[in-house]
Amino acid sequence: MEKVAIIGVGFTKYAQNSPLTFAEMVFEATTKALEDAGITRDEVDNVVSVSSDFWDGRTISSMAISDASGAFGKDITTVEGDGTFGALYGMMRILSGAFGVSIVCAHHKGTESNMNGITNCAFDPLVERKLGLDAVSSAALQARRYMSKYGLLEEQFALVSVKNHGNAKRNPIALLPMDITVDDVMNSRKVADPLKVLDCSPVTDGACTLILAAERQAKKLTTNKKRVWMKGVGHCADAFRPGDRDLADTRALKAAAKRAYDMAGISDPLNEIDFAEVYDAFSYMEPLWLEGLGICDDGKGCEYLERGWFDAGGRFPVNVSGGRLSGHPVQSAGLYAMAEAVLQLRGEAGERQLDGAETALVHGVNGMCGQSHCVWVLGK
Amino acid sequence: MGKRVGIIGVGQTHHAAKRLDASGTELIAEAVSRALDDAQLTIKDIDAIVVGNMDHFENINYVDMWAVDGLGACMKPVFKVTTGGTTGTTVGACGYYHVASGLFDVVMAVGWEKNSESDTQAAISTCANPTLERDPFAGAIGPLATEYSMYMKAFGATEEDAAMVAARDRNNALRNPYAHSRQEVTVEDVLNSPMLSYPIKFLDMCPRSDGSCAVIFACEEKAKKLCPRPAWVHASVVRHDYTHFGDLEWKFMPTLERASAAAYKLAGITNPLKEFDVAELYLPASTCGVKWMDSLWFCEHGGAPALIRKGTFEMDGELPINPSGGVISTNPIGATALIRIGEGAWQIMGRAGERQVEGAKKALCTGFGGCSWSDVMILGADLP
Amino acid sequence: MSDWKNDVEIMVHEGKISVPYSWTVGSTLSRFYCELRDNGKIWANRCPKCGTTFVPPKIKCINCYEEPHDWVELPGTGTVETYTVVRYEEPSMHPRKAPFVYGVIKMDGADTGMVHFIDEVAPEDVKVGMRVEAVLEDEREGNILDIKHFRPIG
Repeated sequence: MEKVAIIGVGFTKYAQNSPLTFAEMVFEATTKALEDAGITRDEVDNVVSVSSDFWDGRTISSMAISDASGAFGKDITTVEGDGTFGALYGMMRILSGAFGVSIVCAHHKGTESNMNGITNCAFDPLVERKLGLDAVSSAALQARRYMSKYGLLEEQFALVSVKNHGNAKRNPIALLPMDITVDDVMNSRKVADPLKVLDCSPVTDGACTLILAAERQAKKLTTNKKRVWMKGVGHCADAFRPGDRDLADTRALKAAAKRAYDMAGISDPLNEIDFAEVYDAFSYMEPLWLEGLGICDDGKGCEYLERGWFDAGGRFPVNVSGGRLSGHPVQSAGLYAMAEAVLQLRGEAGERQLDGAETALVHGVNGMCGQSHCVWVLGK
Repeated sequence: MGKRVGIIGVGQTHHAAKRLDASGTELIAEAVSRALDDAQLTIKDIDAIVVGNMDHFENINYVDMWAVDGLGACMKPVFKVTTGGTTGTTVGACGYYHVASGLFDVVMAVGWEKNSESDTQAAISTCANPTLERDPFAGAIGPLATEYSMYMKAFGATEEDAAMVAARDRNNALRNPYAHSRQEVTVEDVLNSPMLSYPIKFLDMCPRSDGSCAVIFACEEKAKKLCPRPAWVHASVVRHDYTHFGDLEWKFMPTLERASAAAYKLAGITNPLKEFDVAELYLPASTCGVKWMDSLWFCEHGGAPALIRKGTFEMDGELPINPSGGVISTNPIGATALIRIGEGAWQIMGRAGERQVEGAKKALCTGFGGCSWSDVMILGADLP
Repeated sequence: MSDWKNDVEIMVHEGKISVPYSWTVGSTLSRFYCELRDNGKIWANRCPKCGTTFVPPKIKCINCYEEPHDWVELPGTGTVETYTVVRYEEPSMHPRKAPFVYGVIKMDGADTGMVHFIDEVAPEDVKVGMRVEAVLEDEREGNILDIKHFRPIG
């Protein structure tokens, strides 16, 4: 099978109440990504945009960014979901042989919309929506289930927040770089028990663009240093209703990870992968998803977190960027995570650069309580 | 290079103005079950699923997640694509690329809409830029009426030309058991129907429907094994070039010209009128069935009225268009363009029942939507 | 960059998408809600192939894609699998004032859980594993709020 490389990344700084329209944000990110790849729009033959009519507050929201993404005269399509799924479609389109260079762009202007109302609309209007459930309250149900299943404590989840906000201090685009303690998290305002404000990611604006290229194009267009290979990918969805599944069971993520690892030829992810960007919209998600990703056994994520495994200097650094807890533009979050992995693999991650980063794990989520996952293995 | 891909199964609901008997997910399950039956597969044979609709028509966020029960997608790879009216072809193309990439062998693409659940025009109006065009340029009919009045002025096309297209598609629908609107009409009936927005009258315009369509794509090896006569995908091309209605070219249909030219090149088509045996076109109004024939390269700009008056596109004409009755007979928006692909595939597979064009070997399918956007898919009986 | 961007007044236009919706309930959930409204009963359905029992009932088994056509009446009791105390206000979404408790109730006789309110108990006294029963509204309209909430048994 032909290989596909990421040859350019570009993004806006995380913001709240950005003075730019979301189309202007896409234009900025895409322009930067093209500059990063050292190519012009002329070398691109297709575009995958990631947008959502709900989050954008208009129907056919992809219409709003078709010019800003550089799609005039080119084949363009739109994925609605996390950016990692958009990148997957960008890769598929290249592997099909129909295209050589894809722009994948995602945007999110969270501060223009009502997060609770919009995520309430992700629940069945005939059942759970009427109860008023949303992303936060359903996540709280998942966090509590995870705690009771494995005997975990809120203080352990708080450690994720402490770690990731601390990591954010070394990321110039992060929204919430902070020195905080477990006590600060524990004493922050209660939102939906067991979640406190500092367990939750902030409403964020941000656009991110990746440029993907087929192996043959990538070698022609860029230098070796710029190329990061898409080595493995997998995605999978679980059942819809929160009551349909054990919320602390990660079987869909396990299936997605297996696909990605098989494709990348990885049998021992903890030892064969150097670092990960994992979806941490809420603190408890990081250890839970690390279990699903096979980095540790079920129920053990918090134990290894306490041992420092996932610190920037630890055995398996996780969310060195500061994670979604330090900036969470929902639709583009996964592309930002991929862009971060690309910078690390290229050795361009500045103050937060990890030594010897060769292989990266990136994880994105669709739907409520991690109903669907997309897992990427990227490498030099 | 990627894999060759064939369509091996198609399923659609019985479309209607309001399907009170079925919820959105039940509608999806109906199409999915029928597609599985058509391909003689079970859900276990499906490796991945793509789904699409338009969010604000049912007010359901993350439809791919909500639809898991109806799709049979629990513990399967699934994601959502959506691009407004072109959603159906977008979903079809996505199913195609899933398989062509070599990542999946058998993939189901599902489009659906339950337009009865909301105010379709109120939801569509929000597609225009909220600070520029949303207030003055609302709804789907205005832009279509505008472009045809321009075309009439430029080339001497008439309201009767459009009415002939409307009568053709509506009468074709009589032979399609799935069609929503099945009524025999004459050109006079169309001309005498109430004016919506000059020159488009009630019987010129598409309805809004409840319905769903599912199409199963398979890689070459599987398709040959599973299906006696797959409909092979020869080309899939999309042009969504415009963001503002004010930027559009009105005299011809630029995105359809560009998309079809690129698709013909990929499929090796040099004389589309001769080489296609059948076409299922996303014509949201009969007026498009006049003007857009130019843009599909069937004739020079302005040549369409003459072809229509000759009966070129009737069932017994040179190139039958919309044997299914087309979009003005059935329009569950997120499924509408996928139904074009499904109907085109059935024509190639020889499964189109009473509306079969005998011996159809090459089919042209299109999608329309957004800011005058066009998608084209070409299907054939021979391997591409 | 041109400096006018530093001086321009950045404007924000307010808007709201207001579209009315009427969702078709479909045959499966209609039966569930009719039983709830008319007879005060909670019904589940079961997959003939794998035996999984679903509440609320499913149109298709999530494991087998079979129609779960065996219907069973549930006793309306269950066990709290997880819960949360919601502390924030969203008056347009929440049918009751915060703080209130959501729980996932694993229903006796079914394999799935129902999300609903837990009440008639102080939020701090709600526990995972607690036994609860459904409390129905007297006037029922045929929707999920016909179940008022779940409350501890005994």
